[in-house]
Amino acid sequence: MHKARHNPLNAIAAHAALLTWTAIALFPVAVILINSFKTRKAIFREPLALPSPDSFSMIGYQTVMKQGDFFLYFQNSMIVTVVSLFLVLLFGAMAAFALSEYRFRGNTLMGLYLALGIMIPIRIGTVAILDLMVQTGLVNTLMALILVYTAQGLPLAVFILSEFMRQVSDDLKNAGRIDGLSEYRIFFRLVLPLVRPAMATVAVFNMIPIWNDLWFPLILAPGEATKTLTLGSQVFIGQFVTDWNAVLSALSLAILPVLVLYVIFSRQLIRGITSGAVK
Amino acid sequence: MATRSRLHVAVFLAPAVLVYTAVMIWPLFNTLRLALYAAGDEGRVFAGLANFATLFGDPRWSGAFWNALGNNFWFFFIHMIVQNPIGIALAAILSHPRLRFAALYRSAIFIPTILSFVIVGFAWKLILSPIWGIAPGILDAVGLKALFAPWLGREDYALTTLALISVWQFVGIPMMLIYAALLSIPEEILEAGEIDGITGWSAFWRIKLPLILPSIGIISILTFVGNFNAFDLIYAAQGALAGPDFSTDILGTFLYRTFFGFQLQLGDPHMGSAIATAMFAIILTGVCIYLFAIQTRMRRYQF
Amino acid sequence: MTQGRLGRLSGLMLTTALIATGAAAQDVTLTIESWRNDDLSIWQDQIIPAFEAANPGIKVAFTPSAPAEYNAALNSKLDAGTAGDLITCRPFDASLALYDGGKLADLSDLAAMANFSDVAKSAWQTDDGAHTFCVPMASVIHGFIYNKTAFAELGIEVPATEADFFAALDKIKADGTYIPMAMGTNDQWEAATMGYNNIGPNYWKGEDGRRALIAGTQKLTDEAWVAPYRQLAKWKDYLGDGFEAQTYPDSQNLFTLGRAAVYPAGSWEISGFNAQADFEMGAFPPPVANAGDECYISDHTDIAIGLNAASPNAEAARTFLEWVGSAEFATLYANALPGFFSLNSAPVEMADPLAQEFVSWRGKCHSTIRSTYQILSRGTPNLENETWNASANVIRGSETPEEAGARLQAGLASWYEPQK
Repeated sequence: MHKARHNPLNAIAAHAALLTWTAIALFPVAVILINSFKTRKAIFREPLALPSPDSFSMIGYQTVMKQGDFFLYFQNSMIVTVVSLFLVLLFGAMAAFALSEYRFRGNTLMGLYLALGIMIPIRIGTVAILDLMVQTGLVNTLMALILVYTAQGLPLAVFILSEFMRQVSDDLKNAGRIDGLSEYRIFFRLVLPLVRPAMATVAVFNMIPIWNDLWFPLILAPGEATKTLTLGSQVFIGQFVTDWNAVLSALSLAILPVLVLYVIFSRQLIRGITSGAVK
Repeated sequence: MATRSRLHVAVFLAPAVLVYTAVMIWPLFNTLRLALYAAGDEGRVFAGLANFATLFGDPRWSGAFWNALGNNFWFFFIHMIVQNPIGIALAAILSHPRLRFAALYRSAIFIPTILSFVIVGFAWKLILSPIWGIAPGILDAVGLKALFAPWLGREDYALTTLALISVWQFVGIPMMLIYAALLSIPEEILEAGEIDGITGWSAFWRIKLPLILPSIGIISILTFVGNFNAFDLIYAAQGALAGPDFSTDILGTFLYRTFFGFQLQLGDPHMGSAIATAMFAIILTGVCIYLFAIQTRMRRYQF
Repeated sequence: MTQGRLGRLSGLMLTTALIATGAAAQDVTLTIESWRNDDLSIWQDQIIPAFEAANPGIKVAFTPSAPAEYNAALNSKLDAGTAGDLITCRPFDASLALYDGGKLADLSDLAAMANFSDVAKSAWQTDDGAHTFCVPMASVIHGFIYNKTAFAELGIEVPATEADFFAALDKIKADGTYIPMAMGTNDQWEAATMGYNNIGPNYWKGEDGRRALIAGTQKLTDEAWVAPYRQLAKWKDYLGDGFEAQTYPDSQNLFTLGRAAVYPAGSWEISGFNAQADFEMGAFPPPVANAGDECYISDHTDIAIGLNAASPNAEAARTFLEWVGSAEFATLYANALPGFFSLNSAPVEMADPLAQEFVSWRGKCHSTIRSTYQILSRGTPNLENETWNASANVIRGSETPEEAGARLQAGLASWYEPQK
């Protein structure tokens, strides 16, 4: 191939740039993780030092663990996140396909309607949403959260997926139609596999706000049995909280599961992206 | 086509439209409606556009509104000139076919994006703190201590600092989207370019960039919508009063303060809804400009 | 009232009977909404067990949320009918609005209300004093906490006058071992609460000035209200480097790690500081202008607890509230949380020396509450929130004391009739 692709100087420059940004990206996370394992004095004396036998302390984690069933919280967060993501992707992709594939009256209007939701912060609808959940008896259930996050995730999903679906070749779909495939089969068998990179992207985008949300769990499902991890650790993060050991440990506990989830998903994400690109 | 039943269109649309309408649009509509009412002695009374007259006519309200809007544009501007170019550059480097450890870099750079605002606000406040000395210590180590200032506490720097923290957090999103777009460019196109002697940077500028323009369009509009809805980072770092002296107040914090109240100030759903409606109008305008003026003119390529 | 007692009695008998037959499933669980997430373990380990031991059949769950979200989250839950049975009450208008909106029940007929003075109840009453809707729990007192070791090292006496105060700060600054004063302006409320409303009562003569402001006979541009800002403007030189970005936890940690000598405080800090500081601490009230002047302190009615009007467990909740109004609770709470001073008329013995120091000022000085809390923060712009902003601006030096006074006065006059 060509010189540009082999030039070692270019490769070094590329690694230098990526390494620099990687360091910038990971530094704050590292600061929190490192300090969560240190005594209070050591946190303030040398915030950058690694925990040493002298300064090592798990006191923060002990405080946090005493306050609640973090395994249950984790399980709740998992259920809410995974189910919401599944529904967002399924419903979103179906709607995006309808919008990008078929010409029908009101298509543009429907697209705009489905995009309205990303233009108003859903938080201001809180009281009305809570009313709805009270009427349907869904308060303090995980279902309430799943419904809200599904609705909240749909606009972005439709927006991104329809953009990508427009790039799927018409020839392919028409070939399918000639072979007598139903529209549903065309969607599930031909189109969905092709937009996997976009689906993975949407999944990652939506996972973050769902996992990290504090507001709706606080309002819709604050009960002990339905508490999410973020809400459970929130007790330690407030205006009046000085116990930095507990704060840092709670933050670390909130980071770790997302990191693990992300590492799992990111494999899928990358596989999705590359498999889409090879076509 | 014409002979086929159109039922499938409805089937495809129904689940999304139902959930979205019931749980999002209806509650939001019910809330925005409040903008036309005011609290009277006997409950709610219809007030027409009086709340909007107050919002734009009363200097106290309009001052706060324009301040927040101006800050919001600056916040958006920083994202456009810092976040998106860095994201595109990182994606361009990452998409290099022979790059080693690409997966590792990609994952690491995306990590800030998956953190909650509480964590991001806390971590950066800790790092930038003039007292615990991580940032001053680092600057000192490279002999630049004089450059340090308590950025988050200074009116001139606070908003820009927060915008850069937000860039740090979200740069993974444009990176991933552009990366996906770059990977989906067929090899034949690039090879055709190479035959014509277009390689390296000029290949990027002359072949890849035009092909990923639609993705850049999406990123820009997503950044716009995200920034004009932003709230959490400022709230986590500076509180609902968005100090110092409202220099970091954006529409999201202004709305929250008004709608839900803050400290001794009681929430005012009517003025709050008026602000939300104004925000909605601003964002809708931006999205319409994108949908009708930009998206329709952009050339799209099917591979 | 007899009905309430009877109900309680029969409730008690019923639960005894049920327990006798082993059917503990009939227990009523009361949920408390609160912003005091710091106190979670104290409620769980001390207060609730004491109540449950004395009242079998009633279980209590304390479910705090973060202070910053408390009002917004509580109001949403009350509107939808999903809030807990017992509501921790903010003082004055926030709770009054809930009562007026029918969210809080009238508790005037609670027997325990007799244990509280009118002043103690004033923060949770209708303007005419006819209805009380929360049982007062505690007040907090402002002043300065200092590092005794540091003062001894530098040979500094506890300051009584303004001149002493600044002389002491100068001496600490000249020595350089300690940051003279731990305060930051990043969170704004520190500047207003531990700054302006801490030292202010000496200038506006406590209740006299506060009532005059409400009556409209004094203005925020008067010397009595601008002078505290002039003091705050002088503080800038004694704060740590980069105080503009210093947050409230930063300030607390600076002091408890022994890096700063003086901490402008609210008494609620005592229990946290006791746990974290490893040096001896003392406290002094805000300094007066000249030796021998009458002194005034901010002794602010801060926290109370009320009954959700929609609670299905009103009977049990009232039992709990009667207990909160008892001398037993007062002693338990004041000692579990030194620095939260009981509002109960019954005298409370406190073991903590720092808490004793704070509460001793009640005998020497005149008590008042924070100037902005009653009535004056009902409109927009909100005087309390404006005071946060102005106090932070004055300390940072971006607004002069006179400008701050003029701006706040204009804001107040824009909606408050007596000030127009």
